[in-house]
Amino acid sequence: MSLLALDQLTVTRGQCPVVDSVSLTVEPGECVGLIGPNGAGKTTLLRAALGLLPHRGRSSLATLSARDRARAAAWLPQSREIAWPVTVETLVALGRLPHDSRAGRVQARAVETALERMELGAFRHRKATALSGGEQARVLIARALAQEAPLLLADEPVAGLDPASQIFTLQVFEALAREGHAVLVSLHDLTLAARHCTRLVLLDRGRVAADGPPLEVLTEARLAEVFHLRGHMLETPHGPLLQPLDVLR
Amino acid sequence: MKLALSLTLLTAALGLASLMLGYAPLPPRAVLGGLVGAGDPLHVMVMQEIRLPRTALAVLVGAALGLSGAAMQGYLRNPLAEPGLIGVSGSAALGAVIALQSGLAAAFALALPLTALLFALGAVGLILLLAGPRGGSLTLILAGIAVSALAGALTSLALNLSSNPYATFEIVFWMMGSLADRSLSHLALAAPLIALGGATLLTLGRGLDALTLGEDGAQALGISMTSLRLRLLFGTAAAVGAATAVAGAVGFVGLVVPHLLRPLCGARPSRLLWASALGGAAMLLTADIAVRLVLPERDLKLGVVMALIGAPLFLHLIYKTRRAG
Repeated sequence: MSLLALDQLTVTRGQCPVVDSVSLTVEPGECVGLIGPNGAGKTTLLRAALGLLPHRGRSSLATLSARDRARAAAWLPQSREIAWPVTVETLVALGRLPHDSRAGRVQARAVETALERMELGAFRHRKATALSGGEQARVLIARALAQEAPLLLADEPVAGLDPASQIFTLQVFEALAREGHAVLVSLHDLTLAARHCTRLVLLDRGRVAADGPPLEVLTEARLAEVFHLRGHMLETPHGPLLQPLDVLR
Repeated sequence: MKLALSLTLLTAALGLASLMLGYAPLPPRAVLGGLVGAGDPLHVMVMQEIRLPRTALAVLVGAALGLSGAAMQGYLRNPLAEPGLIGVSGSAALGAVIALQSGLAAAFALALPLTALLFALGAVGLILLLAGPRGGSLTLILAGIAVSALAGALTSLALNLSSNPYATFEIVFWMMGSLADRSLSHLALAAPLIALGGATLLTLGRGLDALTLGEDGAQALGISMTSLRLRLLFGTAAAVGAATAVAGAVGFVGLVVPHLLRPLCGARPSRLLWASALGGAAMLLTADIAVRLVLPERDLKLGVVMALIGAPLFLHLIYKTRRAG
């Protein structure tokens, strides 16, 4: 059974469609990369899929009750907001809010697993607001993991992270997918997307321009047409490497 | 747990001190006897009709202000927010001024607090109309500022056009806030509303915790922002409206108390709610005791003393924040 099914999802701002008749499904075991240039509608698509924006068409998540939806999907917004100086542990435990708060031991184990997974054990009693930007990003990912939802929607989770943290984050997502969860993650780094996602969805001006295995989606023709980029895709023993070379005008 | 216990003990001790203190010095035995209705009938009268309402109102008004301040700060994710921000206290003051100016207040005892309360609820209705049930926190603040400004202007207008110097005098003093000469009927009017508003605000804990992650994050955790906002507005209107209606405008409690207790609660908005209710009660009791101790014969106003205590505390907090930042 698919964890997310979008059918003709459309979001308009005034008259202008920001997301235009998008249909797609996400199955367990998939790590789907959502790519596209700035303004292609990636964030809007993710938020509408969660039912956080008024939309036309259907999203399987938006039809659920708020509580059920929170158990079905975790959401990692792009803005890394931590309003109060709470401890890392407290913040990660917020992910357990949608679940029954009486099952104390299950709650504690979920928080523990998430902290371990993001290698945050040493930070647990530190104030989340006192950490560096990259550490805060990891804490917020741990918060989403603690929710233990089958599906994780993440909006540019690696923006502003150092290269090691970027790869580390995507490896966590890959591992989640291998365990039978699913991840839908918007990304700007096309090489990372090609190397770590099982499938890519390319958005262009609100429409799905391509949907399939990374190497089929990231052709040089599409790079030129959608991203206005001249790029070169290299097949190497280390897997695919994409090198953008020049801007096409 | 330790925090809850110490705050409860502090409030209880201050409440007891407040009962002991008054215009007519009473021995401790007479105080306790009078409370339960035993002993000299005069002592019983003093205790049950003067000191008990005053102490109980100090606890209730302080709790209402502290609790709604914590809720408002949690909702807006801003440590500078206070319950007056949404115009409830300003509108309650306007209602009181109209009652005093029109002579309605003299017609029957509860006319003033009832009018004030009506205006406080009206203000929230107006804000909902302005901001819309789905409006974000920014539209809520703007609507609150607009309503506050309007209420302030109309209050000034009433003072400006006042032809009765006694009414003007009364208005000015009422606006300074006081708990002197409040009766059991004031308590009976305010207590149920403050309890209802307070109970509503205490249900916000989960939602306010989730809001630590921002509105999007909270919604994705299954929190309905519409319901959260409605409960916040209703709870604040009932609690602060009733508090202002019986005690007048008392500032700073809703701003300073949550700020003071936040580090002791690990900054968790849900824990801060009840802690601020207890802390607010303790702070208002302290101010009301100070009013009676410092210048007993000059009828010092509670709002004035509260601001005199609150402002330096706030300055100290700002100084500490500056050093930490």
